[in-house]
Amino acid sequence: MSRIAARFAELKKANRAAFIPFITAGDPGVETTAALLEKLPGAGADLIELGVPFSDPMADGPAIQASSQRALKAGMALVKVLELVRRFRKVHAKTPLVLMGYYNPIHKYGTARFVKDAAEAGVDGLITVDLPPEEDEVLRIPAVSHGLDIVRLATPTTDAARLKTILDGAGGFLYYVSITGVTGTKSFAEADVRAAVARLQAATALPCAVGFGIKTPERAAAIAAFADAAVVGSAIVDRMASGASVDEVIAFCAELGQAVHGARD
Amino acid sequence: MSMVPPNSYRTGPDINGHFGAYGGRYVAETLMPLVLDLEKAYEAAKADPAFHAELKGLLKHYVGRESPLYFAERLTAHLGGAKIYLKREDLNHTGAHKINNCLGQVLLARRMGKTRLIAETGAGMHGVATATVAARFGFPCVVYMGEVDVERQKANVFRMRLLGAEVRPVKSGSRTLKDAMNEAMRDWVSNVGDTFYMIGTAAGPHPYPGMVRDFQCVIGNETRAQILEREGRLPDLITACVGGGSNAIGMFHPFLDDRDVEIHGVEAAGKGIDTPFHAATLSKGEPGVLHGQRSYLLQDADGQITEAHSISAGLDYPGVGPEHSWLRDTGRVKYFSITDKLAVDAFMALSRLEGIIPALESSHAIAHVMRIAKEMAKDKIIIACLSGRGDKDANTVAAVLGEKI
Repeated sequence: MSRIAARFAELKKANRAAFIPFITAGDPGVETTAALLEKLPGAGADLIELGVPFSDPMADGPAIQASSQRALKAGMALVKVLELVRRFRKVHAKTPLVLMGYYNPIHKYGTARFVKDAAEAGVDGLITVDLPPEEDEVLRIPAVSHGLDIVRLATPTTDAARLKTILDGAGGFLYYVSITGVTGTKSFAEADVRAAVARLQAATALPCAVGFGIKTPERAAAIAAFADAAVVGSAIVDRMASGASVDEVIAFCAELGQAVHGARD
Repeated sequence: MSMVPPNSYRTGPDINGHFGAYGGRYVAETLMPLVLDLEKAYEAAKADPAFHAELKGLLKHYVGRESPLYFAERLTAHLGGAKIYLKREDLNHTGAHKINNCLGQVLLARRMGKTRLIAETGAGMHGVATATVAARFGFPCVVYMGEVDVERQKANVFRMRLLGAEVRPVKSGSRTLKDAMNEAMRDWVSNVGDTFYMIGTAAGPHPYPGMVRDFQCVIGNETRAQILEREGRLPDLITACVGGGSNAIGMFHPFLDDRDVEIHGVEAAGKGIDTPFHAATLSKGEPGVLHGQRSYLLQDADGQITEAHSISAGLDYPGVGPEHSWLRDTGRVKYFSITDKLAVDAFMALSRLEGIIPALESSHAIAHVMRIAKEMAKDKIIIACLSGRGDKDANTVAAVLGEKI
């Protein structure tokens, strides 16, 4: 069983949702990210989304755009992201880690070489924002053969027919984008998300994570009451932007983790 | 790469929006249903004679088509070689070829029941054309424009505002055309219900590259008929400038299967293609994925997009339309580049010799003509697409000449 499947199975048994923090690799520097990765599982992270910075993050709002810029300015590159994952894996054997980013850096690295190196480094899944099902075969086929899950996204614009296309070939978990918008900008109506997640859960056995727009422990708890996972990105990245220390960021993540884990008590 | 020439170069894209290995639909999942809807709506419009009739009427009575094919007699004499004709897209309403595409897209937006237009713009010509059709059809309109371009194209910013559009300066990244396009995509993702995204060049996710090309093919179709009437034969060579490549593909496409017509695209070499300051994507770039498509791109070793440079804001873009990438690889079209300096020289030359002030974008094509015409015999014929007028570039050229206006 993959690390992602094993983790969601454990959580299901405990009737708890997963807390998934997102951080950008290399923001503001490689050692900060290494320290955060080492401490996140202890702060309640059940799975980690590590952002691969890209110069033109079209689906991201100002917080993650700025975060990517800080990381690139500090010299982050895909090869160094994999090095961070290797370091993480030495300390944490069980916490799943997925890379989230855009396709061009992978394309440039060489797709076949990338999936091999990523799997060896200890990556469990890939979320590639600009590779919809129509285009992702080029990455999905080699990725799956190396044991990597291709995590697909569903959105408020996804109808039943589209959902079928999305689920055909989806792995790991299904990521529900709770708003029509870029990361960290709007907030969702909880009832809408609840209805959407119920629809997704009825259509797939994959766990359903909700992200884009969860900024506080309260909002995270509300989502975790019904979704299989809550993803928090921009709110964490904003703290990096305001110069918070590693311990401060970890403390915030611990609050989020507690909120998610206690949501169904 | 060995490649068997196709029977026709005019059949693309395929049903998934690919031109060979290029094109496609590399967009966030939120946008997928929208680009699929757009494709359906465009296919329906294409098959509807009423759509074509309305577009044709607007192109005639509102834009002033057909645009002249002008024999540049003094430029020809000055160079002493091939006969040079100019396709006068600069004489269109709004002063460039961009309006051809905007009218097609606004009719489509109306058919689809959309109520708000957004666009990106570089030099501002597509922004002006979008603002124009928005006014003409009563749509609210937001134009994204890089802060750098807002500064160097102030006159066009003012024109857009006069026409009732809101111009939003984009402060992210290199603050030029690519960043304006990122921001327009972000707007579209955030306003999926009511908004129609008018892409200004033959690029972006399928169906845009083929659709924009179709709307711009009026340039090449007219040119082909006009030269046959004037000279009784096809030209030996046609050329156009390439940024994203919409005037070029519109000019080239109707000639692609005329194997005796040589076709040259001209990119911006900026300060030189061996410096980091150029926009010669097809000469110096590598295939990659950006803005919804796979195409040649200027990028670094890590796949990060690098900044383009050109004196002409409309060519200052690190990507290119996917059909050009395919035409480059097949060898059907040859791509060259022209430096800022040669473009300005051509800008001056055409102004003085023909009384036509060309856009700095189009000046790249004119400069290429000036480089090759003299090597060609006097009975040869070259046609260059004069894609836009140069009034908007007065400040930029004055600065190069060290003059204050």
